[in-house]
Amino acid sequence: MTQLLIILAYLGLLLILGVFSSRLFKGTSADYFLASRSIGPFLLLMSLFGTTMTAFALVGSTGATFKDGIGVYGKMASWSGIIHSACFFIIGIKLWSFGKRFGYTTQIQFFRDRFESNNFGLLLFPILVGLVIPYLLIGVMGAGTTIEKLTGGALPDIFPAAGVGPAARAAGAIPYAYGSALICIVVMIYVFFGGVRGTAWANAFQTIVFIILGVVTFAAISDKLGGVKEATAMVQKHNPDKLRRTVRENDQLTRYKGDVKVYEKRFAAWKNKPESQRGTAPNKPVKPHGIGHLKFLTYMFIPLSVGMFPHLFQHWLTAKSAKSFKLSVIAHPILIMLVWVPCVLIGVWATSAMIDGKPIIPYGFSNPNAVLGKLVDSSTGPVLGGLLTAGILAAIMSSLDSQFLCLGSIFTNDIVAHYAKDGSLSDKQRLLLGRGFVVFIVIVTYLLAQTRPGGVFTLGVWCFSGFASLFPLVAAALYWKRTTTAGAYACVISTAVAWVYLFAQAGYGANREYLFLDMMPVATIISVSTVSLVVVSLITRPPSTATVEKFFGKA
Amino acid sequence: MKKIIYGSIILLAFLHHDWWWWDNSETLVFGFVPIGLAYHAGISLASGILWALAVVYCWPSELDDVQPVNARASKNGGKA
Repeated sequence: MTQLLIILAYLGLLLILGVFSSRLFKGTSADYFLASRSIGPFLLLMSLFGTTMTAFALVGSTGATFKDGIGVYGKMASWSGIIHSACFFIIGIKLWSFGKRFGYTTQIQFFRDRFESNNFGLLLFPILVGLVIPYLLIGVMGAGTTIEKLTGGALPDIFPAAGVGPAARAAGAIPYAYGSALICIVVMIYVFFGGVRGTAWANAFQTIVFIILGVVTFAAISDKLGGVKEATAMVQKHNPDKLRRTVRENDQLTRYKGDVKVYEKRFAAWKNKPESQRGTAPNKPVKPHGIGHLKFLTYMFIPLSVGMFPHLFQHWLTAKSAKSFKLSVIAHPILIMLVWVPCVLIGVWATSAMIDGKPIIPYGFSNPNAVLGKLVDSSTGPVLGGLLTAGILAAIMSSLDSQFLCLGSIFTNDIVAHYAKDGSLSDKQRLLLGRGFVVFIVIVTYLLAQTRPGGVFTLGVWCFSGFASLFPLVAAALYWKRTTTAGAYACVISTAVAWVYLFAQAGYGANREYLFLDMMPVATIISVSTVSLVVVSLITRPPSTATVEKFFGKA
Repeated sequence: MKKIIYGSIILLAFLHHDWWWWDNSETLVFGFVPIGLAYHAGISLASGILWALAVVYCWPSELDDVQPVNARASKNGGKA
């Protein structure tokens, strides 16, 4: 019950903030989509950070480290620190300047102009929307599941226990359908009324919440484990492979051996059942294998996705001036460190933490993403559990809100308004459309999330890979005058073909360990897209002088 | 100065690939942070510092005073 009350109080605070920010709303579409380009350095930093850090930063980082060890930080967090700031500095500021000069609201407007092609928008539109939707679904499904798993016992008279196995719902837990609806409604309300300004304020609040809660959780858990030194010493003794990126022959591998024992028992039980009642066989634990050099290196391409995220583009355009970017460029890597280092340490400690000789995370525990929740449950009280749940929801919602708004903006500006007769849409109609599309997208996402498409979680890294592989498009548009319309088409089409091919090779995402030539697939896709863009641009007619002068100035 | 800072950022990207700590689980910083993790936390800090220098010395000051162009966009895009 305590956890549920904390979650409700947190959502209530968010709504109050939404109402407050809507009081600043000026009633125009420019204010709704771009906050009248008035966002200063602090709010911009919080918006960008909150949007780029999903729930993965809290829950996924702990789970991934529990599984693969400390190398996760180098693969994901420190690369992101370098590359995200580079994207803000090299791509974001320049796009903001074009947005202000030529009045763009969306990425597609910029690309249509830069590549002198109306139809280019039609090619890009389904790709951008298609890559954002799984990302949205992951957020809504993650929120519904988190609330259901962490509110057990809250309202037993209303919600009895239901289901069996891993999908079972504890008595009193808020069902997935209600939890995900609650989150969708809260986000929809503050996005509907406050637009991008409401989103920026909410993101600032939520980002502060999840940074503070990460640190508080770290302190509480390390205390329960006998202090930070003792917690790491246990890992050195039992699972030293988690403290490096290799596995040695004489490593203890206590967790792996424990997992294998549990697996053997489960497998024997499964085999003894009549075939008709067996269901899926239990998964065999994967023996720790360290992290390959090429895999580690090619993770650097994933954060380039930030250069092509349509929702980040929208946040960039809200900046008051180019100077507003300064704080984000400097502080972003440091904030990443503040959030990730505690979570990575908790993930490593979770592999070996024991109470009375028994592992806190039992052997055979098959869901790494639930490690943080389990550790909080076993080693802290319901108040911290509730606060952590609020922190996880904050991380989810601070990405969801920007994505809902950005899709509403794309539908309104790139499709309806773009193809309406010149001047036939008034500003009020545009605003109404924008809000209408936000509601529509929230409802569609909610309904899709109720089908619980199982494969959607495996799509996460593939969505990032898709956006990252389009990075050459935006970089060339801004810095290479010779980029042609045909080159831009070649880049997008070749990205789509290479992406689909490798995605199919990876069993449509089912093979989570899939590498191509020992590298992350994104390395190959981005190489293909870059070569296509350069070669086709060089052999086709250069862009018009007017376009070159518009974007690069007179020679 | 610009070249030095951009060069340092590229160097930082090279230094990110720390094969020298790849197999080290014995060295602990402050007695509890494995060296491989402490090193990459250091990379994040260095990244913040280098980007701060970039903001000071490589800032595109010509973009500080961008003004809207009255004739809004071309026939293809910007029809917001």
